[in-house]
Amino acid sequence: MRLASILLLSMTLTASFVLPAQAKHGDGESDVRQYMLDNGLKILVKEDHRAPVVVSQIWYKVGSSYEYNGITGVSHVLEHMMFKGTKTLGPNEFSKIIAANGGRENAFTGKDYTAYFQTLHKDRLEVSMRLEADRMHNLSLRQEDFEKEVNVVKEERRLRTEDKPTSLTYEQFIATAFQTSPYHHPVIGWMDDLDSMVLEDLQHWYERWYSPSNATLVIVGDVKADDVYRMAKKYFGPIPNVKITPVKPQRETKQRGERRIKVRAQAEVPYLLMGYKVPVLTTAKDTNEVYALEVMAGILDGGNSARLSKEVVRSKQLAVSAGAGYNMYDRIDNLFLFDGRPSTGHTIDELEKEFRDQVQRLHTTLATQDELDRIKAQVVASKIYELDSVFYQGMQIGTLETVGLNYKQLDEYVNRIRSVTPEQVQAVAKKYLIEEGLTVAILDPANAKPAAAEKTSGADHAK
Amino acid sequence: MRNKYLVLLSLLLISSVSFAGPKIEQWQTKNGAKVFYVNAPELPIVDLRIVFDAGSARDADKPGLAALTNSLLDEGTGELSADQVAEQFEGVGAVFSASSLRDMAVVSIRSLSEKVILDKALNLFRDVVATPTFPEASFERNRKAMLVGLQVASQRPNSIASKEYYKQVFADHPYAIDGSGTEESLTTVKRQDVVDYHQRYYVANNATIAIVGAVSRAEAEALAEQVTSRLKKGEAAPKLAKVKPLTASVTKRIQHKSQQTHILVGQPGMHRGDPDYITLYVGNHVLGGSGLVSRLSDQVREQRGLAYSAYSYFSPMREDGPFTMGLQTKNSQADDALALLNKIIKDFVDNGPTEDELKRSKQNITGGFALRVDSNKKIVEYIAMIGFYGLPLDYLDTFNARVEAVTVDKVKDAFKRRIHPDKLVTVMVGGK
Repeated sequence: MRLASILLLSMTLTASFVLPAQAKHGDGESDVRQYMLDNGLKILVKEDHRAPVVVSQIWYKVGSSYEYNGITGVSHVLEHMMFKGTKTLGPNEFSKIIAANGGRENAFTGKDYTAYFQTLHKDRLEVSMRLEADRMHNLSLRQEDFEKEVNVVKEERRLRTEDKPTSLTYEQFIATAFQTSPYHHPVIGWMDDLDSMVLEDLQHWYERWYSPSNATLVIVGDVKADDVYRMAKKYFGPIPNVKITPVKPQRETKQRGERRIKVRAQAEVPYLLMGYKVPVLTTAKDTNEVYALEVMAGILDGGNSARLSKEVVRSKQLAVSAGAGYNMYDRIDNLFLFDGRPSTGHTIDELEKEFRDQVQRLHTTLATQDELDRIKAQVVASKIYELDSVFYQGMQIGTLETVGLNYKQLDEYVNRIRSVTPEQVQAVAKKYLIEEGLTVAILDPANAKPAAAEKTSGADHAK
Repeated sequence: MRNKYLVLLSLLLISSVSFAGPKIEQWQTKNGAKVFYVNAPELPIVDLRIVFDAGSARDADKPGLAALTNSLLDEGTGELSADQVAEQFEGVGAVFSASSLRDMAVVSIRSLSEKVILDKALNLFRDVVATPTFPEASFERNRKAMLVGLQVASQRPNSIASKEYYKQVFADHPYAIDGSGTEESLTTVKRQDVVDYHQRYYVANNATIAIVGAVSRAEAEALAEQVTSRLKKGEAAPKLAKVKPLTASVTKRIQHKSQQTHILVGQPGMHRGDPDYITLYVGNHVLGGSGLVSRLSDQVREQRGLAYSAYSYFSPMREDGPFTMGLQTKNSQADDALALLNKIIKDFVDNGPTEDELKRSKQNITGGFALRVDSNKKIVEYIAMIGFYGLPLDYLDTFNARVEAVTVDKVKDAFKRRIHPDKLVTVMVGGK
């Protein structure tokens, strides 16, 4: 949970929009209707009639993990440029039309997807479909717009990464953990690549990936599925399909020992990140392992009663914050993460040792039934809570489809989690939480004030 | 022709007037807490929150005390330890949260509505809120964690800017206090301060309860009694002082080793229930409150590529909260960006929005009304706000009609009276 802020860094948005809590748990029973147009566009509709609103999301299978060195960040810059007009619309006109129709809209780019969304009164769905269909194949990429927008993106990078010590650490950490996997580079791109990006890079990227057969339209809200299908057919149906050449696998080369880095940055407080290479749902040979990893994340950080809060923060007081996290819905192998900030009077080394001890305990000792029961109770409840947000429901469906899974796998979630045993958790710990898969990054603060920290804790006892 | 048009127009107005928000019911608990309730039977969930007038505006000479108290509620109650509290909430899948703002201390819970589960969750919630034990060890830990929090904030140009901004805008008013505390106050604060603060402010007469979920009115009444039964009756917090307007412009530049300079510009703005509320809200929507299509975003980002985000907003509170404009840009562009920001606000105060801009903003606000209340979570936040600030229960029902009634002249008039480009606070935090 505490990792959320860090995990969100791997996703970047056009405006200041904050996503709801990390996609962690599956969705309710599958009342999703699926359609396919002749040109390959997949349409997924989930009716939800609680409020007269609808969310429309179009998901493209392209993101930073489709990029290679020299053009990093191109998916995200293109996402920005998608608001700059088409053959028939001027710059920013897309947003103006949505706004005048009472809508809210934005877009986000991640490692594995680029997605655009509008939330509207249900009567205005057609406006969003007309506009999204238009920019799927009529985008106008103009030099003068690009020059300004790439500067906006560089400011975004300064805001989110350059001036944020923990983000800088995370970026370097990921680039160290992954050498040949495209998860190596940041979603927003390296500054040097942004500096040398040209309009042709975007044109090429747009032509290569923006095609009906590389997209999924997800609609959730107060609509009738068949009406949505007819409307989608009208607007998206005429768009010619461009044949997509699949991205190369670019699998990560085998890691042969622990990796460690230090990141020196303008900061006051140290910060620790540890990550172990793990499979995800798309790559696991045995998917039980993935659910066991998910339960393991819950044992460590599934709330205030979980081990890291209870032991590391409250009992031993080694850290002011400590988290663990895993995202089973990534497209390719990723990391099982630990992160934390030591508390006053304790060091990064102590915190690292504690995380390693926690890992060791997972190797040697079975989780208790109480722990598993609490995780299951939380999973069952959050399934229901998720239904309170149409946007979130759309996010889940879109994510799964876009990374190469099926939205129906959301339905399995609760039962698969329920069936995980303590032995399975132990087995994945032994198999994946090992030195050969470990990367450690330490933020080394340039402005640390050990004397001040000393003084503070000394004063406590004096008074 | 003309008549026809008028008929159409009045039809439009009627349809927006009749756009009702959720039906809010209101009553008081036996010991004096105000309750606001909306029945939402669609999902088997109950959201309940209690808002106390116990935010950092009540910190007085101990900045951080409100936040510290709030953060310690679930550290133990009765015989239960922090671990047991967490285990019991999470064991039934209930989500407890607590947060502290300038006006409000918020405690909330989301639970499944199934009787056995809900009962367990709310009994614990009741005890956590009314009879926390504030163990000495927890007090020490959270106090120290807040000190580390101050260090972390000092790494962030936006945090540095925001603290300085409130200090300058609110001077000796309690809103100048930053709820995260100061090194001095967090070094000297005592556990007894927390105990006293809780005794004084976490009381029924100082509480507003909001309930949304799959429970009937009768059940909701019982729940409200249940969660307040152990609260002392107590007294409402005293009225806050009025916020004084600025008398002159102030500019503060703070050096920080960052690539960007964060700029905040503003002054005291308006309060909840302010007669100019809707007019200023709609006007600001044009100026900088509508994301990518606002005038500020258009001028700063779209036209010039100077910043990722450029915005303005009013933060209406019990008393006048701030009116704030902001952006961040690389250091070498900071002065140009500030000049542009000042030009935009001056022009807006002098000339107001164009008819077209105002029309578009009104369309966005009224057309998007349904999005404001499309989830239980949003509804519970709204009714807690309405209840806490004593706004009329038809606040949401009349919202669209009040927006429709705003004109260019009204916006111009309100901005002229309320916003003074010659008396603004400017804070810049960044490098050279």
